[in-house]
Amino acid sequence: MATQFVIDGLTASIEDKEILKGINLEIKGGEVHAIMGPNGTGKSTLASALMGHPKYEVTGGTATLNGEDLMEMATDERARAGLFLAMQYPSEITGVTNSDFLRSAINARRGEGNELSLIKFIRQMEGKMKELEMNPEFAHRYLNEGFSGGEKKRNEILQMMLLDPKIVVLDEIDSGLDIDALKIVAAGVNSMRSEERGFLIITHYQRLLNYIKPDFVHVMMQGRIVKSGGPELAERLENEGYDWVKEELGIVDETVGQA
Amino acid sequence: MSTQLSTPVNREAAEALSRSKGEPAWLTALRGQGAELSETLEWPKPEKVRIDRWDLTAIGGYKPQAAIASADELPEAVSNLSGESPAGFVVQRNSGIVFKQLSAELQSKGVIFTDLETAAREHGDLVQQYLFKAVAQDEDKLTALHSAIWNGGVFLYVPKNVEVELPLQALLFSDDAEATFAPHILVVADNNSRVTYVDNVSSAFEGAGAATLVKQSVVEVIVKPGAHVRFATIHHMAENIIDLSIRRAIVENDGRIEWIVGDLHDGNTLSDTRSLLRGNGSTSDAKVISIGSGKQQMSLTTGAVHVGRSSDSQMVTRAVMKDAATAIINGVTKIEKGATKANGEQTEKVLMLSPKSRGDANPILLIDEDDVTAGHAASVGQVNPEQVYYLMSRGISKREAERLIINGFLAPVVEEIPIEAVQEQLRSLLERKLEA
Ligand SMILES: Nc1ncnc2c1ncn2[C@@H]1O[C@H](COP(=O)(O)OP(=O)(O)OP(=O)(O)O)[C@@H](O)[C@H]1O
Ligand SMILES: [Mg+2]
Repeated sequence: MATQFVIDGLTASIEDKEILKGINLEIKGGEVHAIMGPNGTGKSTLASALMGHPKYEVTGGTATLNGEDLMEMATDERARAGLFLAMQYPSEITGVTNSDFLRSAINARRGEGNELSLIKFIRQMEGKMKELEMNPEFAHRYLNEGFSGGEKKRNEILQMMLLDPKIVVLDEIDSGLDIDALKIVAAGVNSMRSEERGFLIITHYQRLLNYIKPDFVHVMMQGRIVKSGGPELAERLENEGYDWVKEELGIVDETVGQA
Repeated sequence: MSTQLSTPVNREAAEALSRSKGEPAWLTALRGQGAELSETLEWPKPEKVRIDRWDLTAIGGYKPQAAIASADELPEAVSNLSGESPAGFVVQRNSGIVFKQLSAELQSKGVIFTDLETAAREHGDLVQQYLFKAVAQDEDKLTALHSAIWNGGVFLYVPKNVEVELPLQALLFSDDAEATFAPHILVVADNNSRVTYVDNVSSAFEGAGAATLVKQSVVEVIVKPGAHVRFATIHHMAENIIDLSIRRAIVENDGRIEWIVGDLHDGNTLSDTRSLLRGNGSTSDAKVISIGSGKQQMSLTTGAVHVGRSSDSQMVTRAVMKDAATAIINGVTKIEKGATKANGEQTEKVLMLSPKSRGDANPILLIDEDDVTAGHAASVGQVNPEQVYYLMSRGISKREAERLIINGFLAPVVEEIPIEAVQEQLRSLLERKLEA
């Protein structure tokens, strides 16, 4: 079945403050959507609400992946259904090695009785780490502990590659990456592009989109998608900033939840 | 309990039992004196844990134990704790030793590894020289009472310059709640020797509902100049047992003691592990791992007293508290005047898994010398929901996520344990108690 991800009228709040004011978005397998927008306009909130972060309460709407409403599921079920979020700020977990974590995640996905053998797991992990030019020692380090910003981002992509999700949300995967790392990460993402998989890429910069070509670009302000277009929209934003969008739409304060 | 006397033994009874066992006169006298002291001394008063409310006098009575021919005859619940063809192995069941063995090779090197009762008869001078030297008989009611009633026990002597490669092991267990269970463990490592001792303190009661029994043990380790002793002990007895464990080491010049303590016992626990760094360049490293469950109350203390110059102490305690368990964790670093260039570091961390569980960390630094370094870190917290979310976002169930985080909390200490077999055993016991 071709992947189909539909967000319909999604509203969400944090500490009783409404941040998402009704998000509508449809992503099909094979498509890459980019979301851009000024700071504090709700982009990460959308990502967190989709994944089920405990601090965010979804107050309305649905997000269905191939007909199943993810909003009805616990976070781990959403992940096993095929949603993946590369986080803007991944957690550090002392005492849990990266490889133990990855193996638990892969096996959780595969289900009981269908676990990957240790040898196969190591082969897969090492193969992907090599693609991402990660030092093999990162397998034995504690999860994200003491990783540099860029190393954490690479580790997020490693997880994406190993977990083979259907819908990938990347929240500022380019922040903290040097130019070479950006290319490597982009190549990792591009290698995962397929008809079965859709992408939602949150970014501030056209630079990432030079490497990962989006099919659609959306602008987020005030907790809504206020404008959508093709790749040319991202280029114009890069050159001209957001003022023209605000003017066009009569928006004075683009942020959300400040009042 | 109103039926209990404040002191469960008296001089006559203690001396009579000692004589009936054929103990040397000095030991009979020591026991008698202990019984008498116990009538006037007070129970120890650890910080914030009212152990005087525990049934401390439920020590049972002495019951002779029949020897077994091999470890195969042990009850199933403890038979897997006998270790893989150890270099030496001593088993205490309730009030007495039922099995002991030491490799011919170690015997020929002059190593003594036997029960303390036998050692007192056969190596009386040696035992008398060191018994109740690291722990004072008149320290409190517990040590006095113990000096009167201790039974079975372990004596380990390693001669000068002898290095024992493989761990010497002991299994101390109770399967009779009416029998006194009070092992005394005395380790003497002579100059420049090396040895590793590992014991399991366990129980094997049939079914639930066994009566309360106090298990009291005292460990004394004498580390002579240049000697190196690793002492690992894992406690995992049933809930009806109150575990009172006092451990002390005296470390001479350039000697080293390493403590590894697994307090995974299911009942109330007083666990007190200290090193006296008497010699210059002496060092101590203590690692304590604990899990509390049910309504368990625990008092876990590590301590180091620095007397020697350039002495070094490291102490780490990590505890996970479940259900309504309580742990008070004390770390006491004391540096005496004249212990120049001494260094003492301690860390206590508690992870609480339920709103009813409680953990307190009390780091204490007492420093009477200027030219030293010392540090402490303590934290008490809960499983971080942000971390659980992160793991769950990768498809890992909540339960498994928490399991990973809890094991991760203990891992940095468990991984540092230098004895592979102890590490493995600790891991499986940790798992068992966490899952229960
Ligand atoms: N945990 C929180 N507690 C309080 N307010 C929050 C919390 N998380 C987000 N917000 C608020 O919600 C609004 C949207 O934040 P969000 O992180 O979604 O913005 P963003 O578009 O991702 O911004 P950026 O581009 O800076 O990453 C902001 O005003 C922010 O302060
Ligand atoms: Mg953001």
